[in-house]
Amino acid sequence: METIKQRTQTAVYVYEAPLRLWHWITVLSIIVLCITGYFIGSPLPTMPGEASDHFLMGYIRFAHFAAGYVVAVGFLGRIYWAFVGNSHSRELFLVPFFNKKWWLEVLYEVRWYLFLEKTPKKYIGHNPLGQLSMFCFFVIGITFMIITGFALYAEGLGRGSWADTLFGWVIPLMGQSQDAHTWHHLGMWYLVIFIMMHVYVAIREDIMSRQSLISTMIGGWRMFKDDRPD
Amino acid sequence: MPQSIETFYEVMRRQGITRRSFLKYCSLTAAALGLGPAFAPRIAHAMETKERTPVIWVHGLECTCCSESFIRSAHPLVKDVVLSMISLDYDDTLMAAAGHQAEAALEETIQKYKGKYILAVEGNPPLNEDGMFCIIGGKPFLDQLKHAAKDAAAVIAWGSCASWGCVQAARPNPTQAVPIHKVITDKPIIKVPGCPPIAEVMTGVITYMLTFGRLPELDRQGRPKMFYSQRIHDKCYRRPHFDAGQFVEHWDDESARKGYCLYKVGCKGPTTYNACSTVRWNEGTSFPIQAGHGCIGCSEDGFWDKGSFYDRLTNIPQFGIEKNADEIGMTVAGGVGAAVAAHAAVSAIKRAQHKGDQE
Repeated sequence: METIKQRTQTAVYVYEAPLRLWHWITVLSIIVLCITGYFIGSPLPTMPGEASDHFLMGYIRFAHFAAGYVVAVGFLGRIYWAFVGNSHSRELFLVPFFNKKWWLEVLYEVRWYLFLEKTPKKYIGHNPLGQLSMFCFFVIGITFMIITGFALYAEGLGRGSWADTLFGWVIPLMGQSQDAHTWHHLGMWYLVIFIMMHVYVAIREDIMSRQSLISTMIGGWRMFKDDRPD
Repeated sequence: MPQSIETFYEVMRRQGITRRSFLKYCSLTAAALGLGPAFAPRIAHAMETKERTPVIWVHGLECTCCSESFIRSAHPLVKDVVLSMISLDYDDTLMAAAGHQAEAALEETIQKYKGKYILAVEGNPPLNEDGMFCIIGGKPFLDQLKHAAKDAAAVIAWGSCASWGCVQAARPNPTQAVPIHKVITDKPIIKVPGCPPIAEVMTGVITYMLTFGRLPELDRQGRPKMFYSQRIHDKCYRRPHFDAGQFVEHWDDESARKGYCLYKVGCKGPTTYNACSTVRWNEGTSFPIQAGHGCIGCSEDGFWDKGSFYDRLTNIPQFGIEKNADEIGMTVAGGVGAAVAAHAAVSAIKRAQHKGDQE
Protein backbone atom coordinates (compact mmCIF):
# COMPACT_ATOMS: atom_id res chain seq x y z
CA MET A 1 0.00 0.00 0.00
CA GLU A 2 1.11 3.51 -0.56
CA THR A 3 2.52 5.55 2.22
CA ILE A 4 0.51 8.73 2.07
CA LYS A 5 2.43 11.91 2.56
CA GLN A 6 1.02 14.42 4.90
CA ARG A 7 0.79 18.03 3.90
CA THR A 8 -1.35 20.28 5.99
CA GLN A 9 -3.09 18.32 8.71
CA THR A 10 -1.55 18.55 12.10
CA ALA A 11 -3.25 15.53 13.69
CA VAL A 12 -4.53 12.32 12.13
CA TYR A 13 -6.18 9.33 13.78
CA VAL A 14 -3.87 6.46 12.80
CA TYR A 15 -3.99 3.56 15.23
CA GLU A 16 -7.48 2.35 16.12
CA ALA A 17 -8.28 1.12 19.61
CA PRO A 18 -8.07 -2.67 18.97
CA LEU A 19 -4.70 -2.21 17.32
CA ARG A 20 -3.35 -0.21 20.25
CA LEU A 21 -4.72 -2.72 22.71
CA TRP A 22 -3.07 -5.52 20.74
CA HIS A 23 0.24 -3.66 20.75
CA TRP A 24 0.40 -3.28 24.51
CA ILE A 25 -0.92 -6.77 25.27
CA THR A 26 1.78 -8.16 22.99
CA VAL A 27 4.39 -6.01 24.72
CA LEU A 28 3.46 -7.41 28.12
CA SER A 29 3.23 -10.98 26.86
CA ILE A 30 6.60 -10.84 25.10
CA ILE A 31 8.24 -9.51 28.26
CA VAL A 32 6.73 -12.42 30.21
CA LEU A 33 7.77 -14.84 27.46
CA CYS A 34 11.38 -13.65 27.33
CA ILE A 35 11.84 -13.79 31.10
CA THR A 36 10.11 -17.12 31.64
CA GLY A 37 11.69 -18.58 28.49
CA TYR A 38 15.12 -17.63 29.71
CA PHE A 39 14.44 -19.32 33.04
CA ILE A 40 13.16 -22.45 31.33
CA GLY A 41 16.51 -22.72 29.53
CA SER A 42 18.58 -21.72 32.56
CA PRO A 43 16.48 -22.40 35.66
CA LEU A 44 16.72 -20.51 38.93
CA PRO A 45 18.77 -21.94 41.82
CA THR A 46 17.37 -25.12 43.28
CA MET A 47 14.48 -24.91 45.75
CA PRO A 48 14.90 -26.23 49.30
CA GLY A 49 12.56 -28.64 51.05
CA GLU A 50 10.15 -31.17 49.66
CA ALA A 51 9.10 -31.31 46.03
CA SER A 52 5.47 -31.27 47.13
CA ASP A 53 5.97 -27.80 48.66
CA HIS A 54 6.95 -26.14 45.40
CA PHE A 55 5.80 -25.76 41.83
CA LEU A 56 8.25 -23.12 40.62
CA MET A 57 9.14 -24.60 37.23
CA GLY A 58 5.51 -25.51 36.80
CA TYR A 59 4.43 -21.89 37.33
CA ILE A 60 7.21 -20.53 35.11
CA ARG A 61 6.23 -22.90 32.33
CA PHE A 62 2.55 -22.13 32.85
CA ALA A 63 3.24 -18.40 32.53
CA HIS A 64 5.26 -19.07 29.38
CA PHE A 65 2.57 -21.17 27.77
CA ALA A 66 -0.23 -18.81 28.80
CA ALA A 67 1.63 -15.77 27.46
CA GLY A 68 2.44 -17.75 24.32
CA TYR A 69 -1.25 -18.40 23.78
CA VAL A 70 -2.00 -14.71 24.31
CA VAL A 71 0.59 -13.67 21.73
CA ALA A 72 -0.61 -16.29 19.23
CA VAL A 73 -4.29 -15.46 19.59
CA GLY A 74 -3.43 -11.75 19.60
CA PHE A 75 -1.43 -12.13 16.40
CA LEU A 76 -4.33 -13.93 14.74
CA GLY A 77 -6.56 -11.08 15.88
CA ARG A 78 -4.04 -8.64 14.47
CA ILE A 79 -4.16 -10.40 11.10
CA TYR A 80 -7.95 -10.19 11.23
CA TRP A 81 -7.67 -6.49 12.01
CA ALA A 82 -5.52 -6.02 8.91
CA PHE A 83 -8.62 -6.98 6.92
CA VAL A 84 -11.18 -4.88 8.76
CA GLY A 85 -9.08 -2.02 10.15
CA ASN A 86 -8.00 1.19 8.45
CA SER A 87 -5.27 1.28 5.81
CA HIS A 88 -2.50 1.67 8.40
CA SER A 89 -3.42 -1.66 9.97
CA ARG A 90 -2.21 -3.39 6.81
CA GLU A 91 1.26 -1.78 6.75
CA LEU A 92 2.74 -4.56 8.88
CA PHE A 93 1.82 -7.30 6.42
CA LEU A 94 1.71 -5.68 2.99
CA VAL A 95 5.17 -4.41 2.22
CA PRO A 96 5.44 -2.82 -1.26
CA PHE A 97 8.51 -4.83 -2.23
CA PHE A 98 7.99 -4.12 -5.93
CA ASN A 99 7.56 -0.39 -5.64
CA LYS A 100 10.68 1.47 -6.75
CA LYS A 101 9.60 4.76 -5.25
CA TRP A 102 9.07 3.07 -1.92
CA TRP A 103 12.59 1.63 -2.00
CA LEU A 104 13.98 5.09 -2.77
CA GLU A 105 12.24 6.35 0.33
CA VAL A 106 13.70 3.45 2.32
CA LEU A 107 17.07 4.64 1.09
CA TYR A 108 16.24 8.21 2.05
CA GLU A 109 15.33 7.04 5.54
CA VAL A 110 18.57 5.05 5.79
CA ARG A 111 20.46 8.21 4.85
CA TRP A 112 18.53 10.08 7.56
CA TYR A 113 19.69 7.49 10.07
CA LEU A 114 23.26 7.80 8.82
CA PHE A 115 23.02 11.57 9.42
CA LEU A 116 23.33 12.23 5.68
CA GLU A 117 19.93 13.94 5.37
CA LYS A 118 19.08 17.01 7.35
CA THR A 119 15.36 16.52 7.70
CA PRO A 120 13.26 13.37 7.66
CA LYS A 121 10.07 13.06 5.63
CA LYS A 122 6.64 13.09 7.19
CA TYR A 123 4.56 9.91 7.33
CA ILE A 124 1.14 9.21 8.73
CA GLY A 125 1.85 5.51 9.18
CA HIS A 126 5.24 3.82 9.29
CA ASN A 127 8.11 5.35 7.42
CA PRO A 128 9.30 2.90 4.72
CA LEU A 129 12.36 1.79 6.66
CA GLY A 130 10.23 1.30 9.75
CA GLN A 131 7.73 -0.72 7.77
CA LEU A 132 10.48 -2.91 6.33
CA SER A 133 12.06 -3.63 9.69
CA MET A 134 8.68 -4.23 11.34
CA PHE A 135 8.03 -6.88 8.72
CA CYS A 136 11.48 -8.49 8.81
CA PHE A 137 11.94 -8.42 12.56
CA PHE A 138 8.51 -8.49 14.07
CA VAL A 139 6.16 -10.25 11.64
CA ILE A 140 8.69 -12.89 10.60
CA GLY A 141 10.14 -13.16 14.11
CA ILE A 142 6.83 -13.61 15.91
CA THR A 143 5.53 -16.02 13.26
CA PHE A 144 8.67 -18.11 13.70
CA MET A 145 8.30 -18.05 17.48
CA ILE A 146 4.62 -18.99 17.36
CA ILE A 147 5.29 -21.91 15.02
CA THR A 148 8.35 -23.25 16.84
CA GLY A 149 6.75 -22.49 20.20
CA PHE A 150 3.65 -24.51 19.49
CA ALA A 151 5.75 -27.28 17.94
CA LEU A 152 7.57 -27.57 21.27
CA TYR A 153 4.32 -27.23 23.19
CA ALA A 154 2.96 -30.12 21.12
CA GLU A 155 5.67 -32.34 22.60
CA GLY A 156 3.94 -31.99 25.94
CA LEU A 157 0.40 -32.16 24.58
CA GLY A 158 1.28 -35.42 22.88
CA ARG A 159 1.07 -37.06 19.50
CA GLY A 160 -2.16 -36.40 17.69
CA SER A 161 -2.93 -33.22 19.63
CA TRP A 162 -4.03 -30.16 17.64
CA ALA A 163 -0.64 -28.53 18.09
CA ASP A 164 1.12 -31.69 16.94
CA THR A 165 -1.10 -31.93 13.88
CA LEU A 166 -0.52 -28.29 12.95
CA PHE A 167 3.10 -27.76 13.96
CA GLY A 168 4.61 -31.17 14.77
CA TRP A 169 6.38 -31.26 11.39
CA VAL A 170 8.66 -28.45 12.52
CA ILE A 171 10.71 -30.66 14.82
CA PRO A 172 11.97 -33.22 12.26
CA LEU A 173 12.50 -30.31 9.86
CA MET A 174 14.97 -28.77 12.29
CA GLY A 175 16.61 -32.10 13.16
CA GLN A 176 15.32 -33.12 16.55
CA SER A 177 13.69 -31.64 19.62
CA GLN A 178 16.99 -30.24 20.89
CA ASP A 179 17.53 -28.33 17.65
CA ALA A 180 14.00 -26.96 17.75
CA HIS A 181 14.66 -25.74 21.30
CA THR A 182 17.86 -24.04 20.15
CA TRP A 183 16.13 -22.29 17.25
CA HIS A 184 13.32 -21.15 19.51
CA HIS A 185 15.95 -19.83 21.92
CA LEU A 186 17.77 -17.95 19.15
CA GLY A 187 14.38 -16.57 18.07
CA MET A 188 14.03 -15.00 21.50
CA TRP A 189 17.27 -13.11 21.00
CA TYR A 190 16.11 -12.04 17.55
CA LEU A 191 13.04 -10.49 19.18
CA VAL A 192 15.12 -8.98 22.01
CA ILE A 193 17.24 -7.24 19.39
CA PHE A 194 14.07 -6.09 17.62
CA ILE A 195 12.73 -4.69 20.89
CA MET A 196 15.98 -2.82 21.59
CA MET A 197 15.94 -1.18 18.18
CA HIS A 198 12.18 -0.62 18.21
CA VAL A 199 12.22 1.17 21.55
CA TYR A 200 15.29 3.22 20.68
CA VAL A 201 13.97 4.26 17.29
CA ALA A 202 10.55 5.09 18.72
CA ILE A 203 12.07 7.37 21.34
CA ARG A 204 14.50 8.92 18.86
CA GLU A 205 11.82 9.53 16.24
CA ASP A 206 9.54 10.95 18.87
CA ILE A 207 12.20 13.54 19.64
CA MET A 208 13.86 14.08 16.26
CA SER A 209 11.28 13.37 13.56
CA ARG A 210 8.48 15.64 12.53
CA GLN A 211 5.68 13.54 13.99
CA SER A 212 4.65 11.96 17.28
CA LEU A 213 5.46 8.29 17.84
CA ILE A 214 4.97 7.03 21.37
CA SER A 215 1.82 8.99 22.20
CA THR A 216 0.34 7.78 18.91
CA MET A 217 0.46 4.17 20.08
CA ILE A 218 -1.27 5.23 23.29
CA GLY A 219 -3.93 7.63 22.06
CA GLY A 220 -4.06 6.71 18.39
CA TRP A 221 -3.51 10.28 17.07
CA ARG A 222 -0.47 11.21 15.00
CA MET A 223 0.62 14.78 15.75
CA PHE A 224 2.75 16.67 13.27
CA LYS A 225 5.19 19.16 14.59
CA ASP A 226 5.24 21.45 11.57
CA ASP A 227 2.98 22.35 8.67
CA ARG A 228 5.67 22.29 6.01
CA PRO A 229 4.85 19.86 3.19
CA ASP A 230 6.58 16.50 2.97
CA MET B 1 8.73 -74.90 -4.69
CA PRO B 2 10.23 -75.59 -1.26
CA GLN B 3 8.31 -77.41 1.48
CA SER B 4 5.23 -75.57 2.81
CA ILE B 5 6.11 -72.84 5.25
CA GLU B 6 5.42 -73.54 8.90
CA THR B 7 3.24 -71.43 11.16
CA PHE B 8 4.75 -69.61 14.14
CA TYR B 9 3.05 -72.04 16.49
CA GLU B 10 4.59 -75.05 14.76
CA VAL B 11 8.01 -73.48 14.97
CA MET B 12 7.57 -72.83 18.64
CA ARG B 13 6.36 -76.35 19.37
CA ARG B 14 9.30 -77.67 17.44
CA GLN B 15 11.54 -75.51 19.65
CA GLY B 16 10.15 -77.42 22.63
CA ILE B 17 7.79 -74.72 23.85
CA THR B 18 4.65 -76.03 25.57
CA ARG B 19 1.20 -74.73 24.71
CA ARG B 20 0.96 -73.28 28.19
CA SER B 21 4.19 -71.35 27.66
CA PHE B 22 2.99 -70.30 24.24
CA LEU B 23 -0.18 -68.77 25.69
CA LYS B 24 1.87 -67.02 28.38
CA TYR B 25 4.02 -65.57 25.66
CA CYS B 26 0.94 -64.30 23.83
CA SER B 27 -0.32 -62.53 26.99
CA LEU B 28 3.10 -61.05 27.70
CA THR B 29 3.41 -59.81 24.16
CA ALA B 30 -0.05 -58.26 24.25
CA ALA B 31 0.90 -56.50 27.48
CA ALA B 32 4.26 -55.36 26.15
CA LEU B 33 2.61 -53.88 23.09
CA GLY B 34 0.05 -52.13 25.21
CA LEU B 35 -2.79 -53.94 23.52
CA GLY B 36 -4.68 -55.19 26.57
CA PRO B 37 -5.68 -58.73 27.58
CA ALA B 38 -8.32 -59.06 24.85
CA PHE B 39 -5.57 -59.19 22.28
CA ALA B 40 -3.80 -62.24 23.73
CA PRO B 41 -6.17 -64.75 22.04
CA ARG B 42 -5.90 -62.79 18.81
CA ILE B 43 -2.13 -63.04 18.92
CA ALA B 44 -2.41 -66.75 19.71
CA HIS B 45 -4.79 -67.26 16.83
CA ALA B 46 -2.57 -65.37 14.43
CA MET B 47 0.46 -67.36 15.48
CA GLU B 48 -1.36 -70.66 15.11
CA THR B 49 -2.65 -69.99 11.66
CA LYS B 50 -0.25 -67.61 9.98
CA GLU B 51 2.81 -68.64 8.08
CA ARG B 52 6.02 -67.80 9.84
CA THR B 53 7.61 -64.59 8.56
CA PRO B 54 11.30 -65.07 7.99
CA VAL B 55 13.73 -62.45 9.23
CA ILE B 56 17.12 -61.61 7.80
CA TRP B 57 19.28 -59.68 10.21
CA VAL B 58 22.30 -57.92 8.70
CA HIS B 59 25.12 -55.99 10.37
CA GLY B 60 26.88 -52.92 8.98
CA LEU B 61 29.09 -50.39 10.72
CA GLU B 62 28.10 -50.87 14.34
CA CYS B 63 29.17 -52.17 17.74
CA THR B 64 26.64 -55.04 18.08
CA CYS B 65 25.11 -53.36 21.11
CA CYS B 66 21.68 -53.80 19.52
CA SER B 67 22.17 -57.58 19.38
CA GLU B 68 23.55 -57.54 22.90
CA SER B 69 20.49 -55.68 24.08
CA PHE B 70 18.13 -57.93 22.12
CA ILE B 71 19.41 -61.18 23.61
CA ARG B 72 18.89 -59.73 27.08
CA SER B 73 15.19 -59.26 26.68
CA ALA B 74 13.43 -59.38 30.03
CA HIS B 75 10.90 -61.93 28.84
CA PRO B 76 13.06 -64.94 28.04
CA LEU B 77 10.24 -66.59 26.18
CA VAL B 78 9.88 -63.71 23.78
CA LYS B 79 13.59 -63.70 23.24
CA ASP B 80 13.87 -67.45 22.72
CA VAL B 81 10.98 -67.60 20.35
CA VAL B 82 11.82 -64.56 18.30
CA LEU B 83 15.51 -65.28 18.36
CA SER B 84 15.08 -68.87 17.26
CA MET B 85 12.75 -67.77 14.53
CA ILE B 86 15.29 -65.24 13.33
CA SER B 87 18.39 -67.37 13.63
CA LEU B 88 16.65 -69.96 11.47
CA ASP B 89 17.22 -67.59 8.60
CA TYR B 90 20.21 -65.30 8.71
CA ASP B 91 22.01 -63.34 11.36
CA ASP B 92 25.76 -63.43 10.91
CA THR B 93 26.40 -62.67 14.56
CA LEU B 94 24.02 -65.18 16.10
CA MET B 95 23.66 -68.00 13.57
CA ALA B 96 25.62 -71.22 13.85
CA ALA B 97 26.83 -71.18 10.26
CA ALA B 98 29.81 -69.05 9.22
CA GLY B 99 31.74 -68.08 6.12
CA HIS B 100 30.44 -69.37 2.77
CA GLN B 101 27.74 -71.38 4.50
CA ALA B 102 26.36 -68.24 6.09
CA GLU B 103 26.34 -66.31 2.84
CA ALA B 104 24.66 -69.27 1.15
CA ALA B 105 21.99 -69.24 3.86
CA LEU B 106 21.35 -65.55 3.19
CA GLU B 107 21.01 -66.18 -0.53
CA GLU B 108 18.71 -69.12 0.05
CA THR B 109 16.42 -67.14 2.34
CA ILE B 110 16.22 -64.26 -0.12
CA GLN B 111 15.33 -66.60 -2.98
CA LYS B 112 12.94 -68.77 -1.00
CA TYR B 113 10.95 -65.98 0.63
CA LYS B 114 11.16 -63.33 -2.06
CA GLY B 115 9.06 -60.32 -1.10
CA LYS B 116 7.96 -61.93 2.17
CA TYR B 117 10.83 -61.62 4.60
CA ILE B 118 11.60 -58.81 7.01
CA LEU B 119 15.04 -57.28 6.73
CA ALA B 120 16.42 -56.14 10.07
CA VAL B 121 19.44 -53.86 9.73
CA GLU B 122 21.81 -53.25 12.58
CA GLY B 123 24.44 -50.63 11.83
CA ASN B 124 24.70 -48.58 8.69
CA PRO B 125 26.55 -48.45 5.39
CA PRO B 126 29.53 -46.14 4.80
CA LEU B 127 29.39 -44.64 1.32
CA ASN B 128 32.88 -43.21 1.05
CA GLU B 129 35.44 -45.13 -1.09
CA ASP B 130 32.57 -47.10 -2.62
CA GLY B 131 31.64 -48.55 0.75
CA MET B 132 35.07 -50.13 1.39
CA PHE B 133 34.99 -49.18 5.06
CA CYS B 134 32.67 -52.08 5.86
CA ILE B 135 33.21 -55.43 4.17
CA ILE B 136 30.91 -58.42 4.70
CA GLY B 137 31.84 -61.73 3.06
CA GLY B 138 34.40 -59.98 0.86
CA LYS B 139 31.98 -57.39 -0.49
CA PRO B 140 30.97 -53.94 0.70
CA PHE B 141 28.12 -54.00 3.19
CA LEU B 142 26.43 -51.42 0.99
CA ASP B 143 25.99 -54.09 -1.71
CA GLN B 144 24.66 -56.68 0.71
CA LEU B 145 22.22 -54.17 2.15
CA LYS B 146 20.86 -53.15 -1.23
CA HIS B 147 20.68 -56.77 -2.35
CA ALA B 148 18.83 -57.93 0.76
CA ALA B 149 16.52 -54.91 0.76
CA LYS B 150 15.45 -55.43 -2.86
CA ASP B 151 13.10 -58.33 -2.10
CA ALA B 152 12.21 -57.49 1.49
CA ALA B 153 8.61 -56.89 2.54
CA ALA B 154 9.67 -54.34 5.13
CA VAL B 155 12.85 -53.09 6.75
CA ILE B 156 13.60 -52.56 10.43
CA ALA B 157 16.35 -50.08 11.29
CA TRP B 158 17.78 -51.32 14.58
CA GLY B 159 19.34 -48.70 16.78
CA SER B 160 20.59 -45.20 16.20
CA CYS B 161 23.16 -46.34 13.61
CA ALA B 162 20.61 -47.61 11.13
CA SER B 163 18.04 -44.96 12.09
CA TRP B 164 20.13 -41.77 12.25
CA GLY B 165 23.81 -42.58 11.67
CA CYS B 166 25.01 -42.48 15.28
CA VAL B 167 28.65 -42.10 16.26
CA GLN B 168 30.20 -43.19 12.98
CA ALA B 169 28.19 -40.48 11.24
CA ALA B 170 29.20 -37.81 13.77
CA ARG B 171 31.20 -34.87 12.44
CA PRO B 172 33.35 -35.07 10.41
CA ASN B 173 32.07 -38.53 9.39
CA PRO B 174 35.18 -39.70 7.51
CA THR B 175 33.59 -42.89 6.18
CA GLN B 176 30.45 -41.02 5.13
CA ALA B 177 28.26 -43.40 7.09
CA VAL B 178 24.57 -42.76 6.41
CA PRO B 179 21.34 -44.02 7.97
CA ILE B 180 19.78 -46.79 5.92
CA HIS B 181 16.88 -44.68 4.64
CA LYS B 182 19.42 -42.83 2.50
CA VAL B 183 20.16 -46.09 0.69
CA ILE B 184 16.84 -47.94 0.84
CA THR B 185 14.27 -45.60 -0.58
CA ASP B 186 11.57 -47.90 -1.92
CA LYS B 187 10.64 -49.95 1.17
CA PRO B 188 8.80 -49.08 4.36
CA ILE B 189 11.40 -48.58 7.08
CA ILE B 190 10.56 -48.79 10.73
CA LYS B 191 13.10 -47.03 12.92
CA VAL B 192 13.86 -48.39 16.37
CA PRO B 193 16.47 -45.89 17.55
CA GLY B 194 18.53 -46.06 20.72
CA CYS B 195 22.12 -46.89 21.44
CA PRO B 196 21.10 -49.62 21.92
CA PRO B 197 17.30 -49.77 21.78
CA ILE B 198 15.61 -51.32 24.81
CA ALA B 199 15.37 -55.11 24.47
CA GLU B 200 11.64 -55.18 25.17
CA VAL B 201 11.08 -52.50 22.57
CA MET B 202 12.97 -54.54 19.99
CA THR B 203 11.19 -57.80 20.72
CA GLY B 204 7.89 -55.94 20.98
CA VAL B 205 8.30 -54.38 17.56
CA ILE B 206 9.41 -57.56 15.85
CA THR B 207 6.68 -59.63 17.50
CA TYR B 208 4.08 -57.12 16.41
CA MET B 209 5.28 -57.33 12.84
CA LEU B 210 5.54 -61.13 12.83
CA THR B 211 2.14 -61.53 14.44
CA PHE B 212 0.05 -59.00 12.62
CA GLY B 213 1.98 -58.99 9.37
CA ARG B 214 2.02 -55.22 9.19
CA LEU B 215 4.04 -52.31 10.49
CA PRO B 216 3.08 -50.84 13.84
CA GLU B 217 1.77 -47.29 13.66
CA LEU B 218 4.69 -44.95 13.01
CA ASP B 219 5.27 -41.31 13.83
CA ARG B 220 6.54 -38.66 11.42
CA GLN B 221 10.11 -39.87 11.72
CA GLY B 222 9.19 -43.52 11.20
CA ARG B 223 9.39 -44.68 14.80
CA PRO B 224 6.71 -46.95 16.31
CA LYS B 225 4.33 -44.71 18.26
CA MET B 226 3.79 -47.29 20.96
CA PHE B 227 7.34 -46.85 22.27
CA TYR B 228 8.48 -43.48 20.95
CA SER B 229 5.59 -41.09 21.36
CA GLN B 230 6.67 -39.69 24.70
CA ARG B 231 9.85 -38.16 26.00
CA ILE B 232 11.88 -39.67 28.84
CA HIS B 233 11.03 -36.47 30.75
CA ASP B 234 7.27 -37.00 30.42
CA LYS B 235 7.35 -40.19 32.47
CA CYS B 236 10.48 -39.62 34.52
CA TYR B 237 10.14 -40.48 38.20
CA ARG B 238 12.20 -37.33 38.98
CA ARG B 239 9.72 -35.10 37.16
CA PRO B 240 8.17 -33.75 40.42
CA HIS B 241 11.57 -32.27 41.27
CA PHE B 242 11.68 -30.57 37.87
CA ASP B 243 8.24 -29.08 38.35
CA ALA B 244 9.18 -27.95 41.84
CA GLY B 245 12.38 -26.35 40.55
CA GLN B 246 14.69 -28.70 42.44
CA PHE B 247 17.83 -29.41 40.47
CA VAL B 248 21.18 -31.07 40.79
CA GLU B 249 23.56 -28.09 40.39
CA HIS B 250 26.84 -30.04 40.52
CA TRP B 251 27.72 -33.69 40.61
CA ASP B 252 27.80 -35.07 44.13
CA ASP B 253 26.06 -32.09 45.67
CA GLU B 254 23.29 -32.42 48.24
CA SER B 255 20.66 -32.30 45.48
CA ALA B 256 22.34 -35.18 43.63
CA ARG B 257 22.22 -37.28 46.78
CA LYS B 258 18.55 -36.43 47.20
CA GLY B 259 17.83 -37.55 43.66
CA TYR B 260 16.69 -34.18 42.26
CA CYS B 261 16.15 -33.44 38.57
CA LEU B 262 19.27 -33.64 36.38
CA TYR B 263 18.07 -30.94 33.94
CA LYS B 264 20.81 -28.45 34.81
CA VAL B 265 23.59 -30.98 34.46
CA GLY B 266 22.55 -31.67 30.90
CA CYS B 267 19.93 -34.41 31.09
CA LYS B 268 18.45 -34.81 27.60
CA GLY B 269 15.27 -36.43 28.91
CA PRO B 270 13.17 -33.40 27.88
CA THR B 271 14.18 -33.77 24.23
CA THR B 272 14.49 -37.54 23.91
CA TYR B 273 11.76 -39.85 22.68
CA ASN B 274 12.15 -43.32 24.15
CA ALA B 275 10.57 -45.69 26.63
CA CYS B 276 13.46 -45.88 29.15
CA SER B 277 11.58 -44.16 31.96
CA THR B 278 8.69 -46.63 31.73
CA VAL B 279 10.12 -49.93 30.42
CA ARG B 280 13.59 -49.38 31.94
CA TRP B 281 16.52 -51.73 31.39
CA ASN B 282 17.71 -55.16 32.46
CA GLU B 283 14.35 -56.63 33.35
CA GLY B 284 13.02 -53.28 34.51
CA THR B 285 15.83 -52.78 37.02
CA SER B 286 16.92 -49.24 36.28
CA PHE B 287 17.71 -46.64 33.63
CA PRO B 288 20.36 -43.90 33.42
CA ILE B 289 18.47 -41.22 35.35
CA GLN B 290 17.63 -43.70 38.10
CA ALA B 291 21.35 -44.42 38.34
CA GLY B 292 22.00 -40.70 38.88
CA HIS B 293 23.26 -39.73 35.43
CA GLY B 294 21.34 -37.62 32.96
CA CYS B 295 19.94 -39.06 29.76
CA ILE B 296 22.36 -38.48 26.89
CA GLY B 297 19.61 -38.63 24.26
CA CYS B 298 21.01 -41.69 22.49
CA SER B 299 17.80 -42.36 20.57
CA GLU B 300 17.76 -38.88 19.00
CA ASP B 301 19.12 -37.84 15.65
CA GLY B 302 22.75 -36.63 15.84
CA PHE B 303 23.02 -36.86 19.61
CA TRP B 304 26.81 -36.92 19.33
CA ASP B 305 26.97 -33.54 17.68
CA LYS B 306 24.94 -31.44 20.11
CA GLY B 307 27.76 -30.47 22.42
CA SER B 308 28.44 -31.76 25.90
CA PHE B 309 26.23 -34.37 27.52
CA TYR B 310 26.49 -32.22 30.65
CA ASP B 311 25.23 -28.88 29.30
CA ARG B 312 21.62 -27.83 29.24
CA LEU B 313 21.87 -25.62 26.16
CA THR B 314 22.93 -27.03 22.82
CA ASN B 315 26.18 -25.89 21.26
CA ILE B 316 25.91 -24.24 17.87
CA PRO B 317 29.15 -25.16 16.08
CA GLN B 318 28.35 -23.04 13.00
CA PHE B 319 29.66 -20.04 14.92
CA GLY B 320 33.26 -21.24 14.80
CA ILE B 321 33.96 -21.64 18.44
CA GLU B 322 31.18 -23.62 19.99
CA LYS B 323 28.62 -21.32 21.51
CA ASN B 324 25.12 -21.78 22.80
CA ALA B 325 22.08 -19.71 21.92
CA ASP B 326 22.42 -17.47 24.98
CA GLU B 327 26.06 -16.65 24.37
CA ILE B 328 25.34 -15.80 20.74
CA GLY B 329 22.20 -13.85 21.60
CA MET B 330 23.86 -11.86 24.36
CA THR B 331 26.84 -11.03 22.13
CA VAL B 332 24.61 -9.77 19.32
CA ALA B 333 22.33 -7.94 21.75
CA GLY B 334 25.41 -6.34 23.31
CA GLY B 335 26.59 -5.23 19.89
CA VAL B 336 23.19 -3.80 19.02
CA GLY B 337 23.07 -2.09 22.41
CA ALA B 338 26.46 -0.47 21.81
CA ALA B 339 25.38 0.58 18.31
CA VAL B 340 22.16 2.08 19.71
CA ALA B 341 24.10 3.99 22.35
CA ALA B 342 26.58 5.31 19.79
CA HIS B 343 23.79 6.29 17.41
CA ALA B 344 21.92 8.01 20.21
CA ALA B 345 25.04 9.95 21.15
CA VAL B 346 25.62 11.11 17.58
CA SER B 347 21.94 11.98 17.27
CA ALA B 348 22.13 14.12 20.40
CA ILE B 349 25.22 15.93 19.14
CA LYS B 350 23.62 16.57 15.74
CA ARG B 351 20.50 17.84 17.40
CA ALA B 352 22.48 20.19 19.59
CA GLN B 353 24.31 21.51 16.52
CA HIS B 354 21.10 22.19 14.62
CA LYS B 355 19.06 23.50 17.48
CA GLY B 356 16.60 26.00 16.18
CA ASP B 357 16.75 24.73 12.58
CA GLN B 358 13.46 22.95 13.02
CA GLU B 359 10.37 24.72 14.21
